[in-house]
Amino acid sequence: MSLEGKTALVTGATRGIGKAIAKALADQGAMVVGTATSENGAESISADLKAAGAKGFGIVMNVADPDSIEAGLKEINEKAGAPAILVNNAGITRDNLLMRLKDDDWASVVETNLSSVYRTSKAVLRGMAKARWGRVINISSVVAGMGNPGQANYCAAKAGVEGFTRSLAKEMSNRGITANCVAPGFIDTDMTRKLDDKQREAMMEVIPAGRLGEPEEVAAVVAFLASEAAGYVTGETIHVNGGMYMG
Amino acid sequence: MSTVEERVKKIVCEQLGVKESEVQNTSSFVEDLGADSLDTVELVMALEEEFETEIPDEEAEKLASVQDAIDYIVAHT
Repeated sequence: MSLEGKTALVTGATRGIGKAIAKALADQGAMVVGTATSENGAESISADLKAAGAKGFGIVMNVADPDSIEAGLKEINEKAGAPAILVNNAGITRDNLLMRLKDDDWASVVETNLSSVYRTSKAVLRGMAKARWGRVINISSVVAGMGNPGQANYCAAKAGVEGFTRSLAKEMSNRGITANCVAPGFIDTDMTRKLDDKQREAMMEVIPAGRLGEPEEVAAVVAFLASEAAGYVTGETIHVNGGMYMG
Repeated sequence: MSTVEERVKKIVCEQLGVKESEVQNTSSFVEDLGADSLDTVELVMALEEEFETEIPDEEAEKLASVQDAIDYIVAHT
């Protein structure tokens, strides 16, 4: 299998898209370390990987906290080796119309969805540069390009992630390190389950495919970008959205 | 125990992928040894690791040659 012998770090791997990504990378033979914000979450990641007959485990790491990232990376380096693949998936929403958006809603979304990507990427780059091989895959969102009412904070953070990724791609290309984004549309996860019926109906009207995406459909693209075959793809954002937005 | 000079040269060889015979004390990392900007950053980080020291950015910028690096390490460790 193509990712045999490589360690992959997937943030926010307890459920939804992150869980599917952890499974997809494990299926390719990678040793997967998934992060969760709680001890229970970390245990469930370990259990899921074990049940799938995969190598890897869950750890507690809060991507909004630099100290927690440092401690997490230390643990990963000791137990699994320096990550060759980093998938920044952890993210939160704090939706509100801008006129009602609180400073804290802004700060926490930018911290968790954007600053975390800067920190985790920086923490793994040295190892990747030494190995002359690395894959950084950041999970963006269709709304980074489209905009979405009620999500100024989330859209700003995700668009920031895409710009960050393009710079990273240019900086590290000649070290065999690629950096790309995957931008999911509406995927059937807890994040979209929070929407009410009216919002869901409106959503279906703008998705040519006429259905929500599955987490596995996002994970398959991540697995491709992580593979050897994707070595010449860098600085890209790949949309996985059933045709609702084409960049 | 090898000297600072030997250790610096060893790191330069490893980081820049050059042969020991090519590395003179007067060699410039960029002009003689073909380092790009990323190479010089990695080189400084490797020196920091080897000599357990921290080289501030404004000092790191001044390290243009092998001798500059040796002098810096001798003066600061």
